[in-house]
Amino acid sequence: MYSGKIKQILLITDGCSNQGEDPVAIAALSREQGVTVNVIGVIDKDVIDDKGIKEIEGISMSGGGVSQIVYAQQLSQTVQMVTRKAMTQTLQGVVNRELTQILGRSQTMDDLPPEKRGEVMEVVDELGETVDLEVMILVDTSASMKHKLPTVKEALLDLSISLNARTGENLFSVSVFPGKSSEVDKLLDWTPRLEKLSSIFPKLTTGGITPTGPAIREALSSFNKKRSLRSLLSHDDESFFEESI
Amino acid sequence: MMMNHSSKNPFKVEPETLIEGKWHKKQYKIIKELGSGANGIVYLAKLNSSYVALKMSDNGMSIISEVNVLKSFEKVQGSALGPSLLDVDDWEGLKGRISFYAMEYIQGPDLLTYIQEKGKVWTMVMILQLLNDLDKLHKNGWVFGDLKPDNLIVTGPPAKIRCIDVGGTTIQGRAIKEFTEFFDRGYWGLGTRKAEPSYDLFSVAMILINTAYPKRFNKTSGGLTQLREAIMKSNELQPLEEVLIKALKGDYASATQMREQLLNLINPSERRVERREPLSPSPKPENSSISQRSQSVQRQNKTVQTASRRTYIKNKHKKRGGWKETILIFVALALFYTLYIFGKLL
Repeated sequence: MYSGKIKQILLITDGCSNQGEDPVAIAALSREQGVTVNVIGVIDKDVIDDKGIKEIEGISMSGGGVSQIVYAQQLSQTVQMVTRKAMTQTLQGVVNRELTQILGRSQTMDDLPPEKRGEVMEVVDELGETVDLEVMILVDTSASMKHKLPTVKEALLDLSISLNARTGENLFSVSVFPGKSSEVDKLLDWTPRLEKLSSIFPKLTTGGITPTGPAIREALSSFNKKRSLRSLLSHDDESFFEESI
Repeated sequence: MMMNHSSKNPFKVEPETLIEGKWHKKQYKIIKELGSGANGIVYLAKLNSSYVALKMSDNGMSIISEVNVLKSFEKVQGSALGPSLLDVDDWEGLKGRISFYAMEYIQGPDLLTYIQEKGKVWTMVMILQLLNDLDKLHKNGWVFGDLKPDNLIVTGPPAKIRCIDVGGTTIQGRAIKEFTEFFDRGYWGLGTRKAEPSYDLFSVAMILINTAYPKRFNKTSGGLTQLREAIMKSNELQPLEEVLIKALKGDYASATQMREQLLNLINPSERRVERREPLSPSPKPENSSISQRSQSVQRQNKTVQTASRRTYIKNKHKKRGGWKETILIFVALALFYTLYIFGKLL
């Protein structure tokens, strides 16, 4: 039945952006193009400032995704949970739209009696298992993130273990910001094998600025580039997610 | 797994609150909170005059997902691993709609507490029960997923192990929905997160390891090396090494297989206790150190010559017991006498 792809940006950061466009706006832009933005705020024992939290929640909200603020040691579990949760959320959005078409007006899953809802949920579960997924991972490598990077690496490897257990295809890409000479550097181009990351990650240097907005824009464009490339080959996946939830 | 790191604490229901279902109109009175996790809060509640457990969540989908699992559990004949499902409904509370389901209230201490209170002998009983239940679950196409002592409750008497959280239960072949790092083979670098029976059996081995290391431990080198080291350092685990390693490596195709091998390991020592007539052969040297350490768990693969040995040990045991008793009585009497003398002197 459903043959779309789920497209996500996963942003891992520890605070506020301080350069370039407003990341909340770019996240909204991204959502309009069917790419969900999820954010994980990684903190140490120190507390993250309110402004940082606000921005993190703002980005995920306008990006139609999920956000979570965690201590570094809980990162692994959070990364996979956030990714899955956002997937389910997107799929529910799709299913809800279908239901609205069938049942009319503002009928969604939640308006069904629990028994019927269970059957719909099975469909969502099934889709979550089989749907193809593309995740663009954006890692903040500003100076304060430096000592958290090994944990981030672990968490990303863990994410690939979780997602590769699914039946559906996965594609990952990893970028870091700030880059060496530009705002964003691509570390890993689209690949099903996120494990490749482990050899590249230790060589990372960290920088001072945090251009979150430009980084999301760049991530978004990498989806589009890919799509246009593919559309040369075939016209298989029309954008199912034009207005994802 | 994903506990406590949620930035939002969505809702809380005060004791005495009346929860009325929107669809089935049943009324539940909240008594107290039993526990909370990533996917909601579980309350003890009263329906008419009987106790039930209510799981509530503002994420209706996870509730429905769990209900689906519980429903399919009902079809598994003779297995009482999970709680039985009583009702599913929505509650229009003050803070919007909250989905909930009511299930059987399973009362008792969690596995580690139970073993701590009742003694290590119970470890094996509970694990054998668990493997039995898992086998039924696996044969029906499911994998439990998030197996850990915190999710296992011992009810009774008679003591029976039950699982209280089915949030991780997954159809075989899919990706495990929920897990806890210590009990997850992916975390230790020893396998995938695909739902297959061996995934659960890995967790069972880790549960056994957890009974010897109640505080658990973190991954350092990871892999089999670190876990084997932990097993060899523990007097209780060492005798089980063979089975544990096999389970950790994913070598068991079914829970029954693991169960049988566990039984083989512990049988000699179990039978010892029943023996009557005395016999000659003494335990092999490799076993002797172990049997000193623990009476209940002994590594012994050859079951053939056990009959004779059992009797022998049993008698010896009796004799030793009588001897101890004598000393005890003597010491007690001496103590009383000394006290008495002192009393007189003062």
